Amino acid sequence: MTFSEQIVPSSILTPDAQLPLWKQDGAEPFLRIENITKNFGEFKAVDNISLDIYKKELFCLLGGSGSGKSTLLRMLAGFEEPTSGRILIDGVDMAGIQPWERPVNMMFQSYALFPHLSVADNVAFGLKREGIAKAEINKRVAEMLGMVQLGHLGKRKPHQLSGGQRQRVALARALIKRPKLLLLDEPLGALDKKLREETQFELINIQEELGVTFVVVTHDQEEAMTLATRIGVMNQGIIVQTDEPHDVYEYPNSKFVADFVGSVNMFEGKVIQDQPDSVQIESKEAGTTLFVNHGINCSPDQIVHVAIRPEKIRITKSEPEKGVNCIQGEIEEIAYMGSLSVFRVRLPSGKEVRVTQPNFTRSMGDRFTWKDTVFLHWDDDSSVVLTS
Amino acid sequence: MSMTAKLQKYNFIKKVNWGRTFVAGVPAFWLGLFFFVPFLVVFKISLSEATIAIPPYIDLLDVDMEEAYISLKINLGNYLFLFEDDFYLDAYLSSVKIAVVSTFFTLLVAFPIAYAIAKADGSKRVLLLALVILPFWTSFLLRVYAWMEFLKKNGLVNEFLLTVGIIDEPLIMLQTDFAVYIGIVYTYLPFMVLPLYSALEKMDGTLIEAAQDLGCKPMQSFFLVTLPLAMPGVIAGCVLVFIPAVGEFVIPALLGGADTLMIGRVLWDEFFLNRDWPMASAVAIVMLVVLVLPIMLIRNSQGKGEAV
Repeated sequence: MTFSEQIVPSSILTPDAQLPLWKQDGAEPFLRIENITKNFGEFKAVDNISLDIYKKELFCLLGGSGSGKSTLLRMLAGFEEPTSGRILIDGVDMAGIQPWERPVNMMFQSYALFPHLSVADNVAFGLKREGIAKAEINKRVAEMLGMVQLGHLGKRKPHQLSGGQRQRVALARALIKRPKLLLLDEPLGALDKKLREETQFELINIQEELGVTFVVVTHDQEEAMTLATRIGVMNQGIIVQTDEPHDVYEYPNSKFVADFVGSVNMFEGKVIQDQPDSVQIESKEAGTTLFVNHGINCSPDQIVHVAIRPEKIRITKSEPEKGVNCIQGEIEEIAYMGSLSVFRVRLPSGKEVRVTQPNFTRSMGDRFTWKDTVFLHWDDDSSVVLTS
Repeated sequence: MSMTAKLQKYNFIKKVNWGRTFVAGVPAFWLGLFFFVPFLVVFKISLSEATIAIPPYIDLLDVDMEEAYISLKINLGNYLFLFEDDFYLDAYLSSVKIAVVSTFFTLLVAFPIAYAIAKADGSKRVLLLALVILPFWTSFLLRVYAWMEFLKKNGLVNEFLLTVGIIDEPLIMLQTDFAVYIGIVYTYLPFMVLPLYSALEKMDGTLIEAAQDLGCKPMQSFFLVTLPLAMPGVIAGCVLVFIPAVGEFVIPALLGGADTLMIGRVLWDEFFLNRDWPMASAVAIVMLVVLVLPIMLIRNSQGKGEAV
């Protein structure tokens, strides 16, 4: 079977096998995006983006609506011509190569299943265009439907399927031509929460099994977090940060990324002491001096933001012994969400801080309540200083 | 909602049923009065015998109170004659042929128009649709006369072709089947464009992109995706053009030649020249059957297609 040949990851054969490809020096990217710009009239949808994506990656382009992520995806598929720049897939320049000639398949946000064809015919559609023998087509369609667990529904029409089943038909149809690159536009967007979570893992399994390179576009940061090997956060036509999910969340490089990926509290302040491995920031908003255990590149007296995630803040009724990064406030609102509770704490400066805490116990006895005066504190390695 | 409230709501719906009956009843009554009753009258006349009188046929039912007898005389002679004389069969076949050919060409012309309108954006689309419907605001007869001006020996088309130098002597276009085709295609174009437009407008544009993404060249994606999805519109448009085209009288009379044989014309001649009302009625009834049967078949197959 040709599948098994493809599954052997080429990275195993390279000396730096323990490192992912994007961390190896001189690794050859599979998809290279070079200074791509796309203008629609006056509007710059994609603004001079360069990006390398490696073989077998599951790369997520994360951004809000109008961030240019879909336009970038459509240029990879060949539906839009870039205004300037180059796209290289497996070393081949895609300029002037039509969508039907590219080694790329796409899974559409609306799934775009052909309503007049059965599930099996939808999946077979791409193979039939290649003039493959009928027996071979039937075999591959059956295999593919089996893989997405729809073997029994081949004769149905798309409108007779549930949302999750349609999603899997769309995936099967896009994968059956064994594309080198699979583009997925909001692949889980139309599914309900429970189904999403199941499908996410299915998608990862299939991607690992077939060894295809995936580029996923999504506005949902949770989806990006669970799916991606790396995330490119997009805003206003540019990629703001490209990193592994963990790094995007824990080490955002800008206020935009910190705020867009997950929720965050930000304290504006002035740098008062800047050392190679620590910074002190005087913040009027926090009402105290904040300590951060990493150095930054900044001029003295520069205005910066200290970002701290809600789950990294501890909330106590009594003052902690170590009084670093500790602020006092009053609980204004509590949202009980089952697994955790969300507190909104008002500081004397008027600043509102969001804190989440797991619900360790079942009893309501010693829980916090409204109007409680509490202490919020965190370690100096929990926060990040953002200069832009 | 409490139980009583539910019941009240139910009762309310029940009472409204009167209104629903009324709403459905008015068109049914209208159709009955102005379609079914006249059809029965024509059918009755088709079974009677022609005579020289006013009206020019003998009633089926002869009731004589004084002599105390009732006679019912049904004459199948008209129908038999229809099948005996090749003239009528030829007229039917030629009508169907002209209708089929012109329906096909109407479809060919209408499809790109409908496609372009469906793909046009907002305000442009409204304007284009208005342009398609605009000819209806002028009398149909006037428009056919205009075509006579275009097509006649020293008409606009010939003048143009002569001036440009494509032809040396004027083409004979008027009073040929060609002129009839032009007339029918032109006249019935909106009836084809509108159902096609509504089918194409509903189509999701990403389906074409999906087809191309899976390896279809533009032509292939048209035949494999666009056309099959536009099929309801194609069928509706063809039916809307084919039916009136078969029975068309004015266009072949004005644009056609002496040898353009169409059933509408035969009907006219039987009725007004021969004053043979029973024969004319029989021609009309057979035409109706010829038209209704295939349409019912199409409708049936469409219904099944949707049920699957």
